[in-house]
Amino acid sequence: MIRFENVHKRYPSGREALSGVTFMLDKGEMAFLTGPSGAGKSTLLKLIALIERPTRGTVLVNNQNTARVPRRRIPYFRQRIGVVFQDHKLLYDRSVFDNVALPLMIAGMKPREIGRRARAALDQVGLLDREQHAPITLSTGEQQRVGIARAVASRPEVVIADEPTGNLDPDLSLEIMRLFERFNDVGVTLLIATHDLELVDNLAHRRLRLVGGQIVEDSRQSPRGRVA
Amino acid sequence: MLKRYFTAHATNCAAALGRLLRQPVGSFMTAMVIALALALPAGLRVVVNNADLLSESWQGAADFTVYLEMDVGDERARALADEVRARADVASVTLVDRTAALAEFRARSGFGEALDALQENPLPHALVVRPAGGAAADVEKLARALDERPETALVQLDTQWVARLRGILALLARVVDIVTVLVGLAVALVIGNTIRLEINNRSTEIEVMKLVGGTDGFIRRPFLYLGAWYGFIGALVAAGLVLATLALLQGPIESLASLYSRSVSPVGLSLEETLLLLGGGAALGWAGAWLAAARHLRAIEPT
Repeated sequence: MIRFENVHKRYPSGREALSGVTFMLDKGEMAFLTGPSGAGKSTLLKLIALIERPTRGTVLVNNQNTARVPRRRIPYFRQRIGVVFQDHKLLYDRSVFDNVALPLMIAGMKPREIGRRARAALDQVGLLDREQHAPITLSTGEQQRVGIARAVASRPEVVIADEPTGNLDPDLSLEIMRLFERFNDVGVTLLIATHDLELVDNLAHRRLRLVGGQIVEDSRQSPRGRVA
Repeated sequence: MLKRYFTAHATNCAAALGRLLRQPVGSFMTAMVIALALALPAGLRVVVNNADLLSESWQGAADFTVYLEMDVGDERARALADEVRARADVASVTLVDRTAALAEFRARSGFGEALDALQENPLPHALVVRPAGGAAADVEKLARALDERPETALVQLDTQWVARLRGILALLARVVDIVTVLVGLAVALVIGNTIRLEINNRSTEIEVMKLVGGTDGFIRRPFLYLGAWYGFIGALVAAGLVLATLALLQGPIESLASLYSRSVSPVGLSLEETLLLLGGGAALGWAGAWLAAARHLRAIEPT
């Protein structure tokens, strides 16, 4: 589902964020991407969402080589991936419902289908009763759940999350992770970047540890995981 | 699919208007700048239209009289009148029959008795020719052609000043065309700049849209409608300005016209011209927004 082959990423500034990353995430697998700040976790996720392109190497997502996606096709490529951000990236001039409905509107769905799917996603994150609220009136944890609802509303096969619990206390963090596990239970492939090792230790999932732009440890806790 | 496409457009269109109305002061300022700019060519167009109408009412002065030789008889004069009437550059021909002319002269001039003393009618047949509207050169050519005929004794015309007036009007119309193009460009650029600022203000929103897979078209659309609304509202106010100016001038024009014992009623913008103004305004806004969007939306990429 996600496959990196000897991927290098050097930024124009000269900083080498990734040097020779190779790993594979099977369909329906859930994995944590850990490592200290600046290890290249965000860069790795950006390569998956085609926010950045690799300097060298191959990135395959949904069996599609990202190098073969031209600029104008990127939106369609991204429509098949759910992305969760540390800072939620919600639109604060719109209701919770409109935020979750945004990717569905972009995909050009019928209004009825949009309503159905957006409410289903809000229901999954337990915020159905807040659909008409402004995001700003919600707590940080609730806003993050809105962000997750938006990421999964169009039912993507792949969801990536960059420090989704970065601003949350341990209880809320665990709650968010349990939420991700529920999506994983229905077959969604998940890659979650986090530096919260304590939290990761409590959850039995594959762990990829990134240090200095290289994968130094792959726990392969998932039985389907393969040696990189 | 098509229906959904139009629904999406209608939603965008309404949302853009809503956004405009939520910040009325700023929107009003921009719309006023556009309105004043558009009012200039629209107003000039009205001036030219009225001058055209006025010059048409003076068209009678371009008529000329062709006096025929004394020996041309009734039959021949009628045939000649028909022949001239058939020309493409002639609007109408009136044959002034020599007998009728004499009777009229007798009745009006007061020389009745003196005329009675004459053995025969001293007046020739005459043709009053009204040239078809067109360039002044045609009138000259027509006059020359008529003068060259053997039946013609004299062609009397005084078209010089009308020709000059028409020339000036044609020049003015061309100037208005150029001003229209330049102002159109200015309006597109003003709206483009406004949209550029709007894009900068909403860069976070645009970034989020790109992150969740918004296509260029999807992201651009609200801005295009915003631009179109600016242009449309500006054009609407411009039309209002022109009509208001005309209403203010109505009184002075009428009193001036009465001094020339003419009844003149100035014309405003016709329905077609109004629709053209409104549609043109909206199209310019759309185009300006497109320019800005094409340049600046691309620059906003998620990082």
